[in-house]
Amino acid sequence: MIATYSDLKDKIILVTGAARGIGKSIALALSAQGAHVVFNYRGDESKAMSLKEELEKVGGKATGLKFDVTDYESMTKAIDEFTKSVGPISGLVNNAGVSKDTLLLRLKPDEISSIIDTNLKGAMMVTQALSRNFLKAENVSIVHMSSIVGLMGNPSQAAYAASKAGLIGFSKSVAKELASRNLRSNVICPGFIQTDMTDALNEKAKEEYSKSIPLGRFGTSEEVANLTCFLLSRASSYLTGEVIKIDGGLYI
Amino acid sequence: MELQDKVIKLVSEATKMDAANISLNTSFVDDLNLDSLDMVELMMKMEDEFGVEIPEDETENLKSIGDIVAYLKSKSH
Repeated sequence: MIATYSDLKDKIILVTGAARGIGKSIALALSAQGAHVVFNYRGDESKAMSLKEELEKVGGKATGLKFDVTDYESMTKAIDEFTKSVGPISGLVNNAGVSKDTLLLRLKPDEISSIIDTNLKGAMMVTQALSRNFLKAENVSIVHMSSIVGLMGNPSQAAYAASKAGLIGFSKSVAKELASRNLRSNVICPGFIQTDMTDALNEKAKEEYSKSIPLGRFGTSEEVANLTCFLLSRASSYLTGEVIKIDGGLYI
Repeated sequence: MELQDKVIKLVSEATKMDAANISLNTSFVDDLNLDSLDMVELMMKMEDEFGVEIPEDETENLKSIGDIVAYLKSKSH
């Protein structure tokens, strides 16, 4: 079930990494609330067009901006053009992320860079690029998609976990720095969620993982989207600098 | 209205400080107690009002109303 937050209607919200997985569910959930969803895309114009159509079919407006979260120049250009012509963005979901699971002793410097650049530096740059715009917007809410492994660590995910833990320090700093402007910044730490990433696991591994989850199952991306909508809405108006796990009790 | 008066009016509105108490010598930090974020917002208001762009690096040099007025004058020629 998806809760409805009336203040999300027409709210302009940028969701990075909305092409698939949790990001796509978030974009769809926001569209269903009537929000104006802005998403970034890297190359494929036709895919961006079909995502726009898919979102608008659900409700609300949707706009695709062509930029990569690791490319500051194209990002600022696209964001500036959008905010000048449409208006201030008052919601941000830093969701774009990559992972490359490998043992520490095989982890190469360029793999570390790629993970940190997208997951951590990318989120920081998008937030920075929007900071001026945020001063002109009202009821700004930022949601950073971290991960349960950012809190508990995980073998073969050292770089990924580090990037996700980094988001927490970043979010808390943003929360303090801009609280006087009624801007809120929070972190979501999903546990095992059914996505392409987890579909790739074999059945036995999935069964093993499920056993370690008190609620006995993987979460759905819709459940994460629900929490994201709540954090973007004024329904959570007194909540900032917080880190919320959504993991079926995996890490208690 | 003189440029100086326009700037004072804008600062007065932004800081809720009586315009009569603001002069060219008024310091943003010492007299108006503005923090760095307040300064950024004030400069954004100046940009909107006077149609100029004030680069971040420049903001550090603008410490008083007089500095702003002088800066805006230098840009209007």
